[in-house]
Amino acid sequence: MATKGTVKGIISNLVIVEVDGPVSQNEIAYIKLPDTKLMSEVIKVMGKNTYIQVFESTRGVKVGDPVEFMGYMLEVSLGPGILSRNYDGLQNDLDKMEGVFLKRGDYTSALDDEKLWDFKPLAKADDKVAAADWLGEVDENGQPHKIMVPFVFEGVYTVKSVAEKGQYKINDEIAVLTNSDGDDVSVTMVQRWPVKQPIKAYRDKPRPFKLLETGVRTIDTINPIVEGGTGFIPGPFGTGKTVLQHAISKQAEADIVVIAACGERANEVVEIFTEFPELEDPHTGRKLMERTIIIANTSNMPVAAREASVYTAMTLAEYYRSMGLKVLMMADSTSRWAQALREMSNRLEELPGQDAFPVDLSAIIANFYARAGFVYLNNGETGSVTFIGTVSPAGGNLKEPVTESTKKAARCFYALQQSRADGKRYPAINPIDSYSKYLEYPEYAEYISERIGSGWIDLVNEVKTIMLRGQEVSEQINILGDDGVPVEYHVRFWKSEVIDFVILQQDAFDKVDMLTPIERQEYMLRKVMDICHSDFEFENFTEVDTYFKRIINHLKQMNYSEFESEKFKKYEEELASILKERMAA
Amino acid sequence: MATKAFQKIYTKISKITKATCTLKAEGIGNDELAEIDGRLAQVVKIIGEEVTLQVFGGTEGIPTNAEVVFIGKAPTLKVSDQLAGRFFDAFGHPIDGGPEVEGEEREIGGPSVNPVRRKQPSELIATGIAGIDLNNTLVSGQKIPFFADPDQPYNQVMAMVALRAKADKIILGGMGLTNDDYLYFKNVFDNAGALDRIISFVNTTENPPVERLLVPDMALTAAEYFAVEKNESVLVLLTDMTLFADALSIVSNRMDQIPSKDSMPGSLYSDLAKIYEKAVQFPDGGSITIIAVTTLSGGDITHAIPDNTGYITEGQLFLRRDTDIGKVIVDPFRSLSRLKQLVIGKKTREDHPQVMNTAVRLFADAANAKTKLENGFDLTDYDERTLAYAKEYSNKLLAIDVNIGTDEMLDTGWELFVKHFSKEEVGIKQELVDKYWKN
Ligand SMILES: Nc1ncnc2c1ncn2[C@@H]1O[C@H](COP(=O)(O)OP(=O)(O)O)[C@@H](O)[C@H]1O
Ligand SMILES: [Mg+2]
Repeated sequence: MATKGTVKGIISNLVIVEVDGPVSQNEIAYIKLPDTKLMSEVIKVMGKNTYIQVFESTRGVKVGDPVEFMGYMLEVSLGPGILSRNYDGLQNDLDKMEGVFLKRGDYTSALDDEKLWDFKPLAKADDKVAAADWLGEVDENGQPHKIMVPFVFEGVYTVKSVAEKGQYKINDEIAVLTNSDGDDVSVTMVQRWPVKQPIKAYRDKPRPFKLLETGVRTIDTINPIVEGGTGFIPGPFGTGKTVLQHAISKQAEADIVVIAACGERANEVVEIFTEFPELEDPHTGRKLMERTIIIANTSNMPVAAREASVYTAMTLAEYYRSMGLKVLMMADSTSRWAQALREMSNRLEELPGQDAFPVDLSAIIANFYARAGFVYLNNGETGSVTFIGTVSPAGGNLKEPVTESTKKAARCFYALQQSRADGKRYPAINPIDSYSKYLEYPEYAEYISERIGSGWIDLVNEVKTIMLRGQEVSEQINILGDDGVPVEYHVRFWKSEVIDFVILQQDAFDKVDMLTPIERQEYMLRKVMDICHSDFEFENFTEVDTYFKRIINHLKQMNYSEFESEKFKKYEEELASILKERMAA
Repeated sequence: MATKAFQKIYTKISKITKATCTLKAEGIGNDELAEIDGRLAQVVKIIGEEVTLQVFGGTEGIPTNAEVVFIGKAPTLKVSDQLAGRFFDAFGHPIDGGPEVEGEEREIGGPSVNPVRRKQPSELIATGIAGIDLNNTLVSGQKIPFFADPDQPYNQVMAMVALRAKADKIILGGMGLTNDDYLYFKNVFDNAGALDRIISFVNTTENPPVERLLVPDMALTAAEYFAVEKNESVLVLLTDMTLFADALSIVSNRMDQIPSKDSMPGSLYSDLAKIYEKAVQFPDGGSITIIAVTTLSGGDITHAIPDNTGYITEGQLFLRRDTDIGKVIVDPFRSLSRLKQLVIGKKTREDHPQVMNTAVRLFADAANAKTKLENGFDLTDYDERTLAYAKEYSNKLLAIDVNIGTDEMLDTGWELFVKHFSKEEVGIKQELVDKYWKN
């Protein structure tokens, strides 16, 4: 018998329910109203009183309203047909909802029950299988979508039968497995999984080491992220978090991209809805939308579902990782999720931590980031979930709990700087404070030296030194004046400006400049570093400014031109002659 | 609101704070309205039989034996074409001496638009002000506030923008407006012959502050009627959202909520987002654009109100006085329109993005030169030229008294580049220089 209860109190979207039987933490419950029912989740139990957070507006809920407990936690449906969908934070398919406005209590199914899929068996009778092992596959937007032994299955099973090659619906039986007790269990193409639990059906999770190309120079070249790596982008509003995340999700060399729009602007999601079906995946030529899943819980959608949305997104990412795919997940913004936790914690009258956030915020964030990773599956194949979250620090001050907790959890730190954004130096990633811990991984060093050539990491570190030196000189010039420092200092400063303008800055809205493949990044970096290694002769500092502006201008024109095109070469030749003008013999 | 015969009357209030009353009552729905001693109040918390209400008119003088009548519904507004040209208080009651509006009764603060039903905004809103049209282009369906210190003429600029924007309806949500400002808006709209396009919901400084909490939802419910039912383009003006947020903090602090930064409620972000996200381009052509005012104290945008606002809105227009030219300008550094890239260079001339960026970059160089000057250093020839450029740029483009078309703004930009700089210093794409650089 399902546990039932009645409403005893309502504080915004926190509802207190008196129950008549057992309930479990995070169990799903529905409040029944005359015309609809409201989905909720148990978040605290105190004797007879169970506290539930409602994923909807509680307008009109009354003391005495009946509540039904479901016996399961917040789950998602996993099966073919998830790609290209637009879900809300609870995996309701937004496109299936009728009308322009969202209706409270309108829950739609995540998958299409009627669609036929071309199934191809991968396992055969008598195979020994365990959770997440591949039984067969269907083609989903050109990618092999594996049909797996459900993740909840424990122990080893024997395959009794697998469906033949042919067309099936998601709920058709595609395999029968026999468990160790000799009982037969039926498997379809759909399974369910509770979002707050990581999917761990893999053999091994080594340290990640393979570059994940994003086409963004200041990431790939300067502070690379890797397949299965973690990174975060903190920055005050307007410094370019969303533009950067969108650029990465368009360009990154991933098989699947999961975008969690978490408590941010609806128009930003609309931009993805509008553009992604038109834009091409630069790596496959298919439409971007075909590899993308969007979880939209925008700032005007229910706050409790905001927290769920990041977990929903992560679970879908882990599901595709189990198929041996490279998954990239983005969440914008994880601060909104933390704020949702804070609102609820305050309503529960829990002892507040710093800035009124819950005291276990750090642990919650760390656990979440830990779900990313590069894995060896049980069959030896690899898969990865790379996770990049944005953080929106209050008042732009990085000394606040969400930024600090995330810094402990994520391995790449892309700090967006207000003054860089003000100066339109986009992407506004501060080259000196930001870091990628992966640059220190010997595994990465080995990988990248094979990919690009040895000495690459030394070159990258040299770039950072030049940037730091440039900043020091610029501070000195500010104090002492242009005349107060040797001409040589100006040269040093302008060399750092060349790196800044040509490598770090990148126009996310220019068709050519927006995406730089790693080969082109290498070419440009070596070109720029040759300039930095050269000695130039100047009479006075004004000559330095004018001269380097010409160099920068030509290198920028190269960035705006197709790689190795006529135009590109023309600017390159002009640049060569400019360089000769003042290069020391 | 007439009480109905079967409604139960309660007369035992157990707790009164500045903004809330608590009493024992049964069968009450969350968010429901009540009248306490004739004042409108709304249920904000129910624990067992204890019901807490926020009293919009404030609780001064409410006795513990006041009559409390529950109305059985959330706040509503009657919507129809009769709203046009009318002035209302925060509760939607006429204050212009006219009759009550007949129409369909709608709950305010209604549901959000399904994000997949939204259309991407794409209609440029021309204001003639280059600080806006050139550098921070507005698009219908956008939500954007003016950030300004209280002594800036933000209401005047907003009224000017509203009248030039060619909206089908302009809905003014006034919160804590001084009576003078209220009359100013009325006059400006009247003189422009626009009164029949205007609808106002006004809470002045003479009204109780908590009433303001209703104003944005009232204004936006009316806006949704015209944008959805009539496919009209509706411009909603909300001034001053800082005073709205102050009212939020009054209520939440009276309810013993743990305040977060700047004694604002922890839910400030969500509360403001619910309002601003009503800005939308509907699929059938209607749109709601929100232009708001967030007053700052001493230009501080890190305060929780402007900070949360900036994270929600699609940019901000920062007004400040430029002492070099003695005029108010739209500050190009601290202002931003996030939707501008949807229209610039597409609905406007191809050179728009580059002219805009270059002009601002050169203005930044001038700011550096100025710092040098203030620190007593010699200026280079380039520095001198940037300073001369900055003054002209401020005067001819940034000042809020500019009123020209976008092409003219771009031409002015090129003129200034040619006059003060070399092609290389300007660093614009060669194709554009070839076309627009005229000696
Ligand atoms: N790489 C970029 N190139 C050009 N403009 C950018 C870039 N990044 C950000 N911008 C500008 O900054 C604005 C704000 O960026 P956005 O990513 O929305 O900021 P945030 O998410 O940090 O608030 C954009 O609308 C755009 O005008
Ligand atoms: Mg953003």
